[in-house]
Amino acid sequence: MDFYSMAIGLMQNTLRTATPVVLAALGCLLTDHVGMMNIGVDGMMLIGAFAAVMGSWLLGSWVLGIAVALGIGLVLGLLYGVFVIKLKSDEFIIGVALNVFAGGLTTFLLRAMTGQTGTFHAEGGLSVLPRFSLSFLDSIPVIGPLLNNNTLLVYISWLLVLACWLLIYRTPLGFWMRSAGEHPQSLRSAGKSPEKIKYLASLLCGMLACLAGAHLSMGYLSTFSENMSNSRGFIAVACVIFGRSNPPKVFLAALLFGFIDALGMRLQSVGISSNLTSIFPYVGTVLMMVLVVWRAERRKRRMSL
Amino acid sequence: MDEPIVSFRHVSMQFPGVLANDDVSLDIRRGEVFALVGENGAGKSTLMNILYGMNAPTSGTVSIRGQEVRHFSPSEAISRGVGMVHQHFMLVPSFTVAQNIVLGREPKRLGLFCDFPKMRAITEHLVAEYGLRVNPDDKVSEISVGLQQRVEILKTLHRGADVLILDEPTAVLTPQETDELFTVIRRIVKEKQMTIIIITHKLYEVMAISDRVGVMRAGRLVGVCETKDVNERILASMMVGREVLLGQLDRHDPDTSDNEIAIHVEKLQVSDNRGLTVVRGLSLDVHRGEILGIAGIEGNGQSELVEAITGMRRFSGGDVTIGGKSIKGMNPGQVRSLGVAHIPEDRLATGVSAPADVTDNLIVGKERQPRFSIGGIHMKKRPIRRWAQETFDRFDIRGAGLDTAVGSLSGGNMQKVVIAREFSFETPVLIISQPTRGVDIGAMEAIHQLIMDKRNSGCAILLVSADLDELYRLSDRLMTIYEGRITGEFIPSEIPKTEISYYMTGGTKEAQA
Repeated sequence: MDFYSMAIGLMQNTLRTATPVVLAALGCLLTDHVGMMNIGVDGMMLIGAFAAVMGSWLLGSWVLGIAVALGIGLVLGLLYGVFVIKLKSDEFIIGVALNVFAGGLTTFLLRAMTGQTGTFHAEGGLSVLPRFSLSFLDSIPVIGPLLNNNTLLVYISWLLVLACWLLIYRTPLGFWMRSAGEHPQSLRSAGKSPEKIKYLASLLCGMLACLAGAHLSMGYLSTFSENMSNSRGFIAVACVIFGRSNPPKVFLAALLFGFIDALGMRLQSVGISSNLTSIFPYVGTVLMMVLVVWRAERRKRRMSL
Repeated sequence: MDEPIVSFRHVSMQFPGVLANDDVSLDIRRGEVFALVGENGAGKSTLMNILYGMNAPTSGTVSIRGQEVRHFSPSEAISRGVGMVHQHFMLVPSFTVAQNIVLGREPKRLGLFCDFPKMRAITEHLVAEYGLRVNPDDKVSEISVGLQQRVEILKTLHRGADVLILDEPTAVLTPQETDELFTVIRRIVKEKQMTIIIITHKLYEVMAISDRVGVMRAGRLVGVCETKDVNERILASMMVGREVLLGQLDRHDPDTSDNEIAIHVEKLQVSDNRGLTVVRGLSLDVHRGEILGIAGIEGNGQSELVEAITGMRRFSGGDVTIGGKSIKGMNPGQVRSLGVAHIPEDRLATGVSAPADVTDNLIVGKERQPRFSIGGIHMKKRPIRRWAQETFDRFDIRGAGLDTAVGSLSGGNMQKVVIAREFSFETPVLIISQPTRGVDIGAMEAIHQLIMDKRNSGCAILLVSADLDELYRLSDRLMTIYEGRITGEFIPSEIPKTEISYYMTGGTKEAQA
């Protein structure tokens, strides 16, 4: 295998592994902007992955699978909103509860609905996300192989990064979201309800997290298995913190994680123990958090001078 | 004469346990600057909050431009042209000036996106029209408080207000910023026929800016005058001339009248949260067996003074010694171990733990004593309960049991819990802030006697209060504080209250003479 194809393969894998993290992180950053950061995106993602597979299996189409995942995402977003906004619970506790609940719920439902445990095997196959390719792109080196042969959700995730950035920094709604998070009274005195804005962010977060799950179970893999989110939701939260809730920066952070993950897989194929390589993403997370704290400290010192 | 632009008719406002406004009828004329003055808790802000729709009155009516207000909400008030600049600004710190001004009604482009050039244009237009200079692109968190206030005013003007309520606008301003604000007020009243209602308790400001003045006392409007017909002295006596019938306190001098200095404050300098120096080289002594009262309008450094003496706030200059020991660098726990007990001004924030029960609130601070715990770890339930019950009875806490959450008590009983806890430390030094704020007369009487008993037993007591009657009743000596400095020292029986309030509002002996 020459260096070129190895590098391309690495980059392809980077994009593929990063996509669910990107989608979940977009959801998480929206809730962060309204001041109720949802660390339960991992659980939402797992439920989304399950809902998408079940939807696709029962209804026979990946489109309907995604629709089911989005619908469940709305329900989860509403639930999170009711607990945090209406009942004024601590958002971190609700997030943790959501994560724990998701693992149990999907495991239970998998058994109850299919009688199977562990990994789901759909008899007669499962309708999963198709991959797109444009033949004329193939002739372009690097760009071609990267842009081609991806699932629809990969492209959508890129558009959503842009859309979220526009929403937050360029539209009135984004201004209301940020003021709802930073100083809700000023929004209220302007005659807008901070609560409504927070609900909206929570609903969007639920949908994005479940979309991330759908990509995981129908794009990245082609089945559902228990706890398949594998803490990617937490990595998404780390990306949000690292990218300071700015969509393009968060996107880059997610790509970095995707790269570390892909690198780990690549190193496995040259004989390095998977026990070692599978800790890469988590070591990466810890290093990033150290960097975040270091950066914040430095800023604080500079401010005080 | 035009019909009044705003008219209150028999407005009363009943909060749980407090009648904040009592049958207030008041007309505001179009195009005037109306000053509303009164002591803290006199009901000025409550009345204006009703006009701005933050609260609906319990009874009575409010009319704006002759039309009665039926739905009380800020958005309703805004649509009727009433705007309010609150003491705490309603600004988003990370947004620019222009973004804050248009918040909630942003100009749009393509029906979806914010039109940033237009936001800036709107701001620049407002700046030009009203002469309130601000830079549209500055971040609000990075501009001075005075400029932030301008942004608030521009925001209300952008929303179309022509009746502007300013709630203690000068409390956060430097004298120079105050002058600038007044210049602006005069101009917009003259050029734009705006109506301004200004809440304040600085009397010289009333004289400087207003056309008419209304004085509130204990929820009632006690007088409305043309400003040119009155002076500060008359207003001061209207403000404080409350007649509350309180009994005689049992005052006798302690047995050990060694007159030792217990609290010594030397050229103290303290900064507030914004980093401004608010206690400026203040010195005082408190002897054993005496109550030293500090009289001042709120926000003149007395809160920071108390926080510095109790170790809750670092001081930047000078020193405080308690019983001869400097407290420099000490935390509140260390200061307490020198024999200081503290009744804080804001009992809900720092005096009690509202969700915890009465017993826990009484015992806290003593829980490590051997009689209440084994090794400071295992709590002895029975002795704690027995002691709590005794204390509960001794301090006559009512309307609750030992297991009631303190947050559900009335103000007076909550304060009694704080006093019971602090007094039962049996310390030689007491720092007491606003002991009877929001407390009914009955509890006030009891609290005053408890404080007096402590004095009689030889404690050194520093008493900070916004209530002059209270200070007169309790203090052996009185000091007035204004802008972080002591402006005078008096024996209460030798000086009338009107004279004192003159010194509290910035008067000096020289100006007097």
